[in-house]
Amino acid sequence: MSEKCIVCPCEDVTLADVEQAIGLGYLDIDEVKRFTGLGTGSCQGKLCMVTTCQLLQTAQAADPQRVQRQPEAQRVPHPFTPRPPVVPVPLGVLAAGKGADRER
Amino acid sequence: MSARERMPASAAQLATEAETVIIGGGIMGLGIAYELGKRGRSDIHVIEQEYLTSGASGRNGGGVRMQWSTELNIRLMQESIEICRNFASELGINVWLRQGGYLFLIRSQQELSRLEQTVALQNRCGVPTRILTPQEALRVVPELNPSGFVAACYNPRDGVVFPWPFLWGYAHAASELGVHIHTYTKVTAIEVRGPHSFVVTTSKGTIRCERVINCAGAWSPAIAKLVGVELPNHPHRHEILATESLKPFLNPLVSVLSSGLYFSQSMRGEIVGGITVPDVDDGTVRLGSRLRFLEDMSAELLSVMPCLSSVRVLRQWAGPYDVSPDGLPILGEPDGIPGFYLVCGFVGHGFMMAPVIARHYAELLCGGARHPVFDRCRLSRFQDGSTEKEVMIIG
Repeated sequence: MSEKCIVCPCEDVTLADVEQAIGLGYLDIDEVKRFTGLGTGSCQGKLCMVTTCQLLQTAQAADPQRVQRQPEAQRVPHPFTPRPPVVPVPLGVLAAGKGADRER
Repeated sequence: MSARERMPASAAQLATEAETVIIGGGIMGLGIAYELGKRGRSDIHVIEQEYLTSGASGRNGGGVRMQWSTELNIRLMQESIEICRNFASELGINVWLRQGGYLFLIRSQQELSRLEQTVALQNRCGVPTRILTPQEALRVVPELNPSGFVAACYNPRDGVVFPWPFLWGYAHAASELGVHIHTYTKVTAIEVRGPHSFVVTTSKGTIRCERVINCAGAWSPAIAKLVGVELPNHPHRHEILATESLKPFLNPLVSVLSSGLYFSQSMRGEIVGGITVPDVDDGTVRLGSRLRFLEDMSAELLSVMPCLSSVRVLRQWAGPYDVSPDGLPILGEPDGIPGFYLVCGFVGHGFMMAPVIARHYAELLCGGARHPVFDRCRLSRFQDGSTEKEVMIIG
């Protein structure tokens, strides 16, 4: 696969960018997200998440010492924290909800 | 040393002994580690409970400003922005600094007369802040709703950075200098054996050291408790959102001090901003997102910039402010524990102050000049009452 292969089309993050992050020891998706900017564009990770998790699963499997190095890290690839809203919502719609009488 | 051991993400193993242990891999911890390393004192282990950028350093709006109400903060931030300007060439990473200014909108005559003195103080320090009429402010941001404010304060030299690369820059540079960074590692106990003698227990092992630096931000009161010190600062959830990207049109960061609203356009085109929303504030670090924030933020933002009504919100998140009672940080050694250093209580502006604080802290620790900030910001001021409140705090 060409290293110019795109992993995150919203933010133009390539396979080479993700492999660089992995090479630096960033084996958790939260680190890769913040090192490359992947998943922060208009689709919010819907297009790049699965590919990135697959790459990280391979990298984590190849690094059995990670348990000693990062004792508090999660042991399996996981999605990064989902951020509301689930779909983009206009500011005008959200502003109209202010002061609505409901449990929040 | 192998390439793997030099990696900033995760040093291979904790040493049994080191000169310095820094708790917290945020911008303060990494900045101080880098500045100490630059001065030849790189026998340092940085312990981070999660990943780099996981705390407030990776969750803030990236604002950097010289507009403050105390001379101490004004002068510190003049120096910090100067460091930011050279950061890309010094550390080889683009932090996307854009000096588009800060525009504070003023909603009442009372607020205006108070800010006139503040602006005069800034001018005396050499900051080119000006008070603008609504018509003048509209020339800076033509899209503003002109009926919402009576005047504005504008310093064209304030700006915005992208926080993430800033942190990676410090981390990688510190690592190159020999600093060890341990991510996903928790500090569980600190034993004080005597002056400048500590044993720090972590989930990765135990390390003896001469010096412990508490850079844990919102988690710093919990770390201080491990050595029996009660800190007066507390965590406060601060929420923020980003919209879809727009063509560049908004030059300054715009803020309304009376509501705590602020927003700017990032170099990626998004509108990024937040607002003050009350919270429980019971000492727990809370990072959950609330619908109430989206509603309060959108309503206030549209009252200032009605043209954004159809722009869509892509995501919201939260970061922990580390709130001190008088708005100024808490620095130096608490009485009775020589070798235990505090770097906390920055109330949401720690990111912008980190470059200058890290530099002066490293000077102090290496026996160099003692910047006045260390006397002004000592912990004991809360007992002897010698505090001066910083009022230009957003959020």
